[in-house]
Amino acid sequence: MVNLFSSQDANGREPLRGRELAEASQWLRISAMTMTHHAGIGHTGGDLSAADILATLYLGGILRVRPDDPAWSERDRFIMSKGHCSGVFYSTLAARGFFPVGALKTHMDPLSKLNGHPDRNKVAGVEANTGPLGHGLPIAVGAALASRMCQKSWRVYVLTGDGELQEGSNWEAAMTAQQYGLDNLAVIVDRNRIQQGDFTECTIRMEPMADKWRAFGFHTVEVDGHNHEALFAAFTEAASTKGKPTCIIANTIKGKGVSFAEDKPAWHHGVPTSEQLHAAAAELGVEVPWLE
Amino acid sequence: MVGVTRMADQDSAQIVTDGLELELFDCRDAFSKTLEEMAAKNPKICAVVNDSVSSTKLKSFRSRFPERFVNVGIAEQNMVGVGCGLANGGMQPYVAGAGCFLTARAMEQVKVDLGYSNSNVKLCGMSSGMAYGELGPTHHSVEDVAWTRIIPNLAVVVPADPIETRAAMLYSEQHVGPMFLRISRMPVRRLLDENYRFQLGKAVQLRAGTDVTVITNGVLVSRALEAAEQLAVRGIQTRVLNMSSVKPLDTEAILRAAIETSRIVTAEEGFAAGGLGGAVAEVLALNHPVPMRILGLPDQFAPTGSADFLLEHFGLTASGIYSAAKELLGDNGKLRDE
Repeated sequence: MVNLFSSQDANGREPLRGRELAEASQWLRISAMTMTHHAGIGHTGGDLSAADILATLYLGGILRVRPDDPAWSERDRFIMSKGHCSGVFYSTLAARGFFPVGALKTHMDPLSKLNGHPDRNKVAGVEANTGPLGHGLPIAVGAALASRMCQKSWRVYVLTGDGELQEGSNWEAAMTAQQYGLDNLAVIVDRNRIQQGDFTECTIRMEPMADKWRAFGFHTVEVDGHNHEALFAAFTEAASTKGKPTCIIANTIKGKGVSFAEDKPAWHHGVPTSEQLHAAAAELGVEVPWLE
Repeated sequence: MVGVTRMADQDSAQIVTDGLELELFDCRDAFSKTLEEMAAKNPKICAVVNDSVSSTKLKSFRSRFPERFVNVGIAEQNMVGVGCGLANGGMQPYVAGAGCFLTARAMEQVKVDLGYSNSNVKLCGMSSGMAYGELGPTHHSVEDVAWTRIIPNLAVVVPADPIETRAAMLYSEQHVGPMFLRISRMPVRRLLDENYRFQLGKAVQLRAGTDVTVITNGVLVSRALEAAEQLAVRGIQTRVLNMSSVKPLDTEAILRAAIETSRIVTAEEGFAAGGLGGAVAEVLALNHPVPMRILGLPDQFAPTGSADFLLEHFGLTASGIYSAAKELLGDNGKLRDE
């Protein structure tokens, strides 16, 4: 694990696959939970559901980024639209080498760069200031248009929540993406089926989710959002799809990997106690990375 | 306390007197023509509209630069977000739509995607103020200055005529960061000389005076100058400051006016609360309080009427400014201090 999270030679790091990527995903989970425990506030459920998606993108080598040169103009853009899951996002950026893993210990501390929601002007690797929902997809559409205007090959990825799609701005952006045939854009929906107050289907029904995206002109694929190989295949399919944007509906489990948090709306923003943190680490098969 | 220095270094501009001053202009023409000129030289310039192809006067831009023209449809939140994304990708987007929808509908995107993110996006609020008079308060953009000026990083500019519109556009290309430009469609006289150069954060003195200062911008600048003429007939010397840069605000020029003329009138095509008048009042209250009048819309939505009718209705005219100045000066226009 030490080698994995060393910031040395971050640009040229070999992508992870198989068991290594699985272990890394578990580390992202316990890191996010530790940060939430430290801050006394956070979004554990969504951190855990998104961990495999972020691990595949950043540590599996899907994203062409240069942690040592975060503003590299040719980089792929990843927009974390579900910015409330900053714990797992920051952990991923640190794991990829954008900043030292030790900085994660300052999550939400006074004057820390690691605000509860990401700030692109403070944190290397963050492309957009998100937090209010429904902002990421329009920004991603703009970035995809820019890539085309500049005749570049870099691609744009955006991760949204599923409850987040209740914000109408997403569908405004989806219409634009379709109209302009943005095949350099991939939307990933973290379909964990739970939003803050309840299950999505008991709040505002989101099914049929895939049909919605197809109706909006997206090449749509549904995958197990915890299966790295399935995610790799989906990203490969997105990259080879011409003439239309792709939506990857990643079916996930909110609180994935931690039995007491799995599929429970209360863990949307549940904060683990010290005991729960150690219990989670044991279940995830990793160690609590730090605790103060 | 904001220090008042460089008292002699007053930024002033000549008012044009070449015969063209009687002709009326739509500032949107200067906006679109200048944007095309900029785009012809700078491949990063692009435009984003919300179906507002004709109301932004960008049809010609679309014809010349189709690959750099994005029409997101009637979707303002998306439009501002798309602007943010284009900037992230290295473009210099000009996001243009009717000011009423662009600001109100997309305010969270303006705050977060532009202001908080410090994105290099130029937001062009077209047909601002009460230009859409008869269409009613839904189409009036009279809150926009109050809303935008409190957002950190976001510059707010209200040009007075086609020359300043062009100058502000040229300036905006070099300004890295978000900016809100308020572009009127109300016919206005040309006021400024061709050589005028816009400077963010700098008021421009259009008329010297020591008795009272009128601080204004946009379509009311010409009315303030008329009021100053009328006041001069009564022996009252009125300083007129064109405060096109509402943010950053030229606090120096405001304090100099307060110290040197002791009375301030502000006039704007928007709500009296929170806009230019509010901004000036904040500076004065904290640094050098002087008697003041704030001319703008009162706390009510406008009745039905043309733009000119509504300006008249709310006293946003030369005579309204004249009256406010006289009121500040006391008895029948006679200087109190005389």
